[in-house]
Amino acid sequence: MESEPVLHLTGLVKRYGNKTAVDGLDLTAAPGITAVLGPNGAGKTTTIETCEGYRRPDAGTVRVLGLDPVKQASALRPRIGVMLQSGGVYSGARADEMLRHIAKLHAHPLDVNALIERLGLGSCGRTTYRRLSGGQQQRLALAMAVVGRPELVFLDEPTAGLDPQARRATWDLVRDLRSDGVSVILTTHHMDEAEQLSDDVAIVDAGKVIAQGSPEQLCRGGAENTLRFTGRPGLDVASLLKALPADSAAAELTPGSYRVAGKIDPQLLATVTSWCAQHGVMPDKISVERHTLEDVFLELTGRELRG
Amino acid sequence: MSAGTYTPNPGAAPLPRMIATQAALETKMLLRNGEQLLLTVVIPTLLLVLFSSVDIVDTGSGKAVDFLTPGILALAVMSTAFTGQAIATGFERRYGVLKRLGASPLPRWGLMAAKTLSVLVTEILQVVLLTVIAFALGWSPHGNPFAVLLLLILGTAAFSGLGLLMAGTLKAEATLAAANLVFLLLLVGGGVIVPLDKFPDAAQSVLGLLPISALSDGLRDVLQHGASMPWGDLGILAVWAVVGLGAAGRFFRWE
Repeated sequence: MESEPVLHLTGLVKRYGNKTAVDGLDLTAAPGITAVLGPNGAGKTTTIETCEGYRRPDAGTVRVLGLDPVKQASALRPRIGVMLQSGGVYSGARADEMLRHIAKLHAHPLDVNALIERLGLGSCGRTTYRRLSGGQQQRLALAMAVVGRPELVFLDEPTAGLDPQARRATWDLVRDLRSDGVSVILTTHHMDEAEQLSDDVAIVDAGKVIAQGSPEQLCRGGAENTLRFTGRPGLDVASLLKALPADSAAAELTPGSYRVAGKIDPQLLATVTSWCAQHGVMPDKISVERHTLEDVFLELTGRELRG
Repeated sequence: MSAGTYTPNPGAAPLPRMIATQAALETKMLLRNGEQLLLTVVIPTLLLVLFSSVDIVDTGSGKAVDFLTPGILALAVMSTAFTGQAIATGFERRYGVLKRLGASPLPRWGLMAAKTLSVLVTEILQVVLLTVIAFALGWSPHGNPFAVLLLLILGTAAFSGLGLLMAGTLKAEATLAAANLVFLLLLVGGGVIVPLDKFPDAAQSVLGLLPISALSDGLRDVLQHGASMPWGDLGILAVWAVVGLGAAGRFFRWE
């Protein structure tokens, strides 16, 4: 049961008029946290909303927890939690009132008071939804997605527009969900969010998944990482290269500025510094540049993620 | 919250509980909304009191309150089932409430059942309030209570269909404007406080086919003139109900 995918999409196509939002997308998500990463307009929300049963696919198959979200909606809905990008609450309802309402639609909901405290919504008091701050509205939407104790939670841009503290609070909750066995599918266009939070990242561009893997796999799969240092000009680069593993490269870029490219790990860093010690070189401004998802995305698409 | 707090344990609440809790919330939202209360409570009450005690409109022979109360009851039904429901649902659609509830365990038909229940609860409160006021003003009703109930139910169905059709197809702001305009026009031209026979003959035959005219006329036939079953008006309301609910079911968009 653990290995059953929570999401299995094959050849998903969704068009709006003559605009193709999702264009033959394949995505399989294992239990855990899966981030769907991509620029605005890549088809993330359409994909998620198809999984939630809001959109009928024009082609392809969609299975969520093994169920068809349109034909088996009534069986699926109690098992998933949904956080929309915005709205979803009566403008005249108070935060606690709305959360209690969603809780009552479920058979075994979470303790609403504890959840309100956990997400810092207690301070909303008698304020109605339309007068809550953007951050409070986001946290309420998140609370509404988890209160029914779902197996799988969909979070569409859960931290968009949040301040750093509120973002961290959201990340903490998402991590707690995972450790208690809840799977999470989240869309984001924040690299750090995908990198820090997820077990698996699917990079989406122009309605297709163009790469998928753990953040480490994706970063490793791209170009080599680099180590830079400065020292006296004219060091014997050939000698340094001999000390390094076979697939490395070393060069003096400008006089006194050196770059080592290859698999940068603690061992390689130690090798470089001990070579410097043997040659009486004080490596100054030593820095390691590891590739980020941002670089991976740039390599795959030739574009910045946030253009 | 300790480890294991979020361990999945999904499940829908029993359907009757879901519908009851949804209806309770909808009613609470309506009663909390000042503009809605103005429409559903304040305006009908003021019109009843004002026109019963001051002789502004010639309501024919007999006490003014006996003519006015059936019309005001029809107005109350229209204000809740049509105007109030259209505006509230239009904004729920606009703000993604309908969308979010669409992902909850409550089925869509359950949401609609809850809305109907909420409308009926509000109407009961209106009818009780207006009846008490009418009695205080010397109202003496006649006729078959079952016929009255049937008229109110068919009228509610007809107005709900039209209100939901509007809320589910127009933009929220357009619904707000149009629902208020229709309310005002039908208040004047639907036999609520102004008898239809004040209008030219040609206009009368058209106005008589409006749901508000059928409801106020039917209620008046029974409550003022003691008719047993106003089949013509019931028929008109039934046609509006079938057409309105059918069109709403066909064209309603949830987002």
